[in-house]
Amino acid sequence: MSLELSNVSLIAPGAEAALFAPLSLSVAPGETVCVMGPSGVGKSSLIAHIGGHLPRGFRTTGTITLNGGDLGALPAEKRGVGVLFQDAQLFPHLSVGDNLAFGLRAEVRGRAARREAVANALEQAGLAGFETRDPATLSGGQRMRVALMRALLAQPYAILIDEAFARLDTGLREDIRAFVLSHIAASAIPALMVSHDEQDALAADRVLHLAR
Amino acid sequence: MIAARALFLLLFGAPIFVGVGLTLGAALGWQPGIGRFDLGWRGFAQAFALPGFSSSLRLTLVTGLGATLGSLLVSVPLGMWLVSKAGAVRFLTPLLAVPHAALAIGLAFLLAPSGWAARLISPWATGWDLPPAFVTVGDPWGVTLILGLMLKEVPFLVLATLVAAGPRDIGGQMAAGRALGYPRGQVWRLMIWPQLYPALRLPVLIVLGFSLSVVDMALVLGPSNPPVMAVQILRLFGAPDPAMAQPASAMAVILLGVMAASLLAWLAGERLVAALGRVWLRRGRRGHSGAQVMGPLVAIIVAGLGIGALGALLLWSVATFWRFPNALPSGFSMRLWDAADWVGPALLTLGLAVAGTTIALCLALFWLEIEDRTQRRLHLGWMIALPLLLPQIGFLQGLTTGFLWLGLPPGTPAVIWAELLFVFPYVMIALAGPWRALDPALMASAASLGAGPLRRLLAVKLPMLAAPIAMAAAIGVAVSVAQYLAVLLPGAGRVQVLATEAVALASGADRRLAAIMALMQAALPLIGYLLALALPLWLYRNRRGLRGGTL
Repeated sequence: MSLELSNVSLIAPGAEAALFAPLSLSVAPGETVCVMGPSGVGKSSLIAHIGGHLPRGFRTTGTITLNGGDLGALPAEKRGVGVLFQDAQLFPHLSVGDNLAFGLRAEVRGRAARREAVANALEQAGLAGFETRDPATLSGGQRMRVALMRALLAQPYAILIDEAFARLDTGLREDIRAFVLSHIAASAIPALMVSHDEQDALAADRVLHLAR
Repeated sequence: MIAARALFLLLFGAPIFVGVGLTLGAALGWQPGIGRFDLGWRGFAQAFALPGFSSSLRLTLVTGLGATLGSLLVSVPLGMWLVSKAGAVRFLTPLLAVPHAALAIGLAFLLAPSGWAARLISPWATGWDLPPAFVTVGDPWGVTLILGLMLKEVPFLVLATLVAAGPRDIGGQMAAGRALGYPRGQVWRLMIWPQLYPALRLPVLIVLGFSLSVVDMALVLGPSNPPVMAVQILRLFGAPDPAMAQPASAMAVILLGVMAASLLAWLAGERLVAALGRVWLRRGRRGHSGAQVMGPLVAIIVAGLGIGALGALLLWSVATFWRFPNALPSGFSMRLWDAADWVGPALLTLGLAVAGTTIALCLALFWLEIEDRTQRRLHLGWMIALPLLLPQIGFLQGLTTGFLWLGLPPGTPAVIWAELLFVFPYVMIALAGPWRALDPALMASAASLGAGPLRRLLAVKLPMLAAPIAMAAAIGVAVSVAQYLAVLLPGAGRVQVLATEAVALASGADRRLAAIMALMQAALPLIGYLLALALPLWLYRNRRGLRGGTL
């Protein structure tokens, strides 16, 4: 279950040159690769490209495969790629429990089974009993933990982390990073993280620098 | 994408082009409906030769341009005063919600020589035991009509100012300007407001177009002999001799020309004012900030007139007998409410509003969702602006003929379609901003969790946009309830709603009946706005992230 990028490159709308030199990369199951690079080099665009949410107008080259299957033709919802965003992106109209249930796959049938899966996820996140809480009342760290558990409940084949720890306080950042990366490693899925933070790079298994 | 564009062009673009085309055709003598094919300029010659034509034209220009300029000038200090006030939009909502016809009738009952205002100050301050002999409502200069239009348009322009100011750091700019020695009013007028004006241009042009062609307000508040052009055209269309449709159509085309010329003159005026403003700026003169008092003063006058107008309606609707110069009726009774036939028109008004708003909302959501899915704009913004800029009388009569050709006889379906031309643009304008402001990362997040386009729409977008959708629905209901010509012409008088009944009764002998109709017409949109504010608050009472942020 690996994520493979072969000669991937992006050209922004209206631009002539590619944002970064063609990138080839293989991320093994349970491995976390950190992609670093200067502002504007296209780190977040790379994540959007892999996740399937690249805005219209970008031109792309190369291929992305997950478990040997080409992701290129698949819409975002069919790729099986979870994404952790900077602001956690919890749905503000849903409770914490409903946010987690949103990620649950349809195969988890029955109210009791779904409720149990949500409760387990919350317990793993150290947030037992938070089912009915309003996401707006959570701290940044709590939100990120819920976002990770929600992503994992969807049973993705790979996970992408887009500057997810950048807005957390320095002390908290380390704890949340460790929490996220340990859970990803335990899930045995490949993870690609883009970041500005050297500490993120140190926590990853491998580091890659994007160059123009 | 092509199919969606074709659908919107068919629903909204085609009726306007057909309406204008058939009006122009009738003006040139092409009237297949009555078997006349007398092509030529005779209709225009007849229109120009009509008694009082030049007075009508002058009156139209004076009231249209006067109301627009007056509304804009008054909105400047009021906008400055309200921009820093939390909940200012809610202060404006009641006045925005009251339909033009209802406000006009209320204002007439307030300002007439025998109106409530004269009664309140008589005889102790005026010595009047009988209504004074001068003319207020229906004055030959159109002053009361201008006042009525301003009372409706000032809140609209202030709202547009507040929306335009929203994303800007007004406090910071004000502080920077004052640090340079300019008083608050001058910073607002010379530095901040000119930045907001580009966003105000379309609302101002809509106000101009509306003021030049208003019919319902002009029937109640404007002079009747000669009236403004739009009223004169309506009278000609309603004349027993069908041949009068030709000069009526010609006059409607002339009104279109008047409006186009006024729009161009306004745009030229903008450049002149901007140039003068730059000269003023370069001089660097620091003046006195009169606007500090102006804002609250204007707010008191606008609110006072609005409350007075609605108060007069309320009192008349329950008055048993009200002799001049008594400040209040001799007695109060709900008897007339039981006797008056307001339930039928009210239900029909509500039915039309619900039907039109539901269709408009579905179409707006379809438009925005199509744009999201294809990541392309439909580029039909002109189609939204067109019905708001064109004079209704300039295409609705032609459209009624067009409907007949389509096999759509005068009646409720034709009225719904005609109303939709005005309801849809406002619903779309109200919804597009919040929809496009929705963080795309939320949708990306939902997609990464396996949610397809339909689930993203139903489970994320629509619930998150509940407040703007409710507000767009309330606006749609308010616009529908306010329609007069869009009911009168395509309904051919067979569709009796509160607006048509209230205007018809306004000139009658019994003020109480007109007050009941006008009050009900004002109540429906107010209830809609209250529900639109309350429902999302109740629905998301436990969701802090959705309170106040999405509207």
